[in-house]
Amino acid sequence: MATSLWATRAASFLRINVPCRGFATGSDVPICYLALYCYEIAAAFIDWFLKDLKYADSHEWVRVEGKSATVGITDHAQDHLGEVVYVELPEEGSKVERGASFGAVESVKATSDVNSPVSGKVVEVNTKLSDSPGLVNTSPYKDGWIIKVELEDDSDLPCLMDPERYTKFCEEEDASH
Amino acid sequence: MAASQARKAGLPIINLLRVKGMPILQQLHLEERLLRTSSQNWCIINDGTTRPTIVMGVSGKAKELLETDAVLRDEIPVIRRFTGGGTVIVDQGTIFVTFICNKDAISGLQSYPRPIMSWSSLIYKNMFQGIGEFSLRENDYVIGNHKFGGNAQSITKNRWVHHTSFLWDYEISNMGYLKMPTRVPEYRQARNHAEFICRLKEYMSRSDFIDGTMDSVASHFALRSLDADDIQNSSSQFEPSSRILTRQELGEEASMELVGTVSQISYMAAISSTCPTSKIA
Repeated sequence: MATSLWATRAASFLRINVPCRGFATGSDVPICYLALYCYEIAAAFIDWFLKDLKYADSHEWVRVEGKSATVGITDHAQDHLGEVVYVELPEEGSKVERGASFGAVESVKATSDVNSPVSGKVVEVNTKLSDSPGLVNTSPYKDGWIIKVELEDDSDLPCLMDPERYTKFCEEEDASH
Repeated sequence: MAASQARKAGLPIINLLRVKGMPILQQLHLEERLLRTSSQNWCIINDGTTRPTIVMGVSGKAKELLETDAVLRDEIPVIRRFTGGGTVIVDQGTIFVTFICNKDAISGLQSYPRPIMSWSSLIYKNMFQGIGEFSLRENDYVIGNHKFGGNAQSITKNRWVHHTSFLWDYEISNMGYLKMPTRVPEYRQARNHAEFICRLKEYMSRSDFIDGTMDSVASHFALRSLDADDIQNSSSQFEPSSRILTRQELGEEASMELVGTVSQISYMAAISSTCPTSKIA
């Protein structure tokens, strides 16, 4: 389950969509071994890239670098939301509070709040999302970032989950429904 | 069912508000306020609204979705609502059913768009047994391959709203204000509005639909009936986001300043007369 989750995250990060076919030998096990090998390599890379992210229980991620934080929604969230067709962005200069909504994404006839994992001031919004909202689906941790925040302080960070805890949280949430 | 009996039966309690002819903007403001400031579950049934009104989703662009010249000429109000989804034109023939729930109100339901939509279809499924081929098809309620209800949702951290406008009846001429949207479900197959939608009244009476809906809700929840007076403006200072678009936002030329000013005043006056508690931008 964990390998499958990492492989999915790797594919999402690298925008890979590899169909799985049986080999010419006639094996009826639908596993593409070469793709799986690539996924494992990519998963190791992603593990390194994502290891510094923290996660909120409302499925947003944050990357903190000094007093600056970048926020987006997780691969788990974008997968469950469906194709994002619109992103409502806050104004630069506005305040965000940990746990409170600062914007929304629209998908499948629904607006879903995006909540800030940290408190601070919005210093930049990802304007590319106005023309290309689908970046939230295809590159949730990289090109699909939503806001950058100047942190008030780092007291919010201990409340957030590390990657392992977030992975477990997602598995438990999906299993309970 | 009394609240104590409901708790014994394990059914969540839902407040049922049944109104008739509430202006759609007032309904949207109420829904958004209850979503954001209440901690209870709600079901609102509004039997018809007042004048014909166009309601777009949160990201709707008037120029792309509407025949704006005709809309401006005929002074049809256009509302941008707080939920996602497409564009509808509603009037006295529309029946509105709304659910506003806590995310853990329904056991096993994840508060994401598709699970909520699937759950909602269970409310109506039994009502059509032996009457019509009801299904949820690409996020639309259909009978056969004809759409009879438009759905939309808004999901917050701990709550969600799912609302539907049911076409019990409609004026075909009103559909002329709506363009063919660029994003359509596959099953629509390039059909125009008249060929794509159907009237609920061809399948059941208005009272049967509303009573059937209430009976179905009662099988999923314990109902607690309330009047509109019970929920009028609590102490909350909440500002709803659904609003009527101005003539300029509908594309009226800015160069026609004097004519535009006069027409804007008369337009807003016309809207105000039918949306008594509306917030007009």
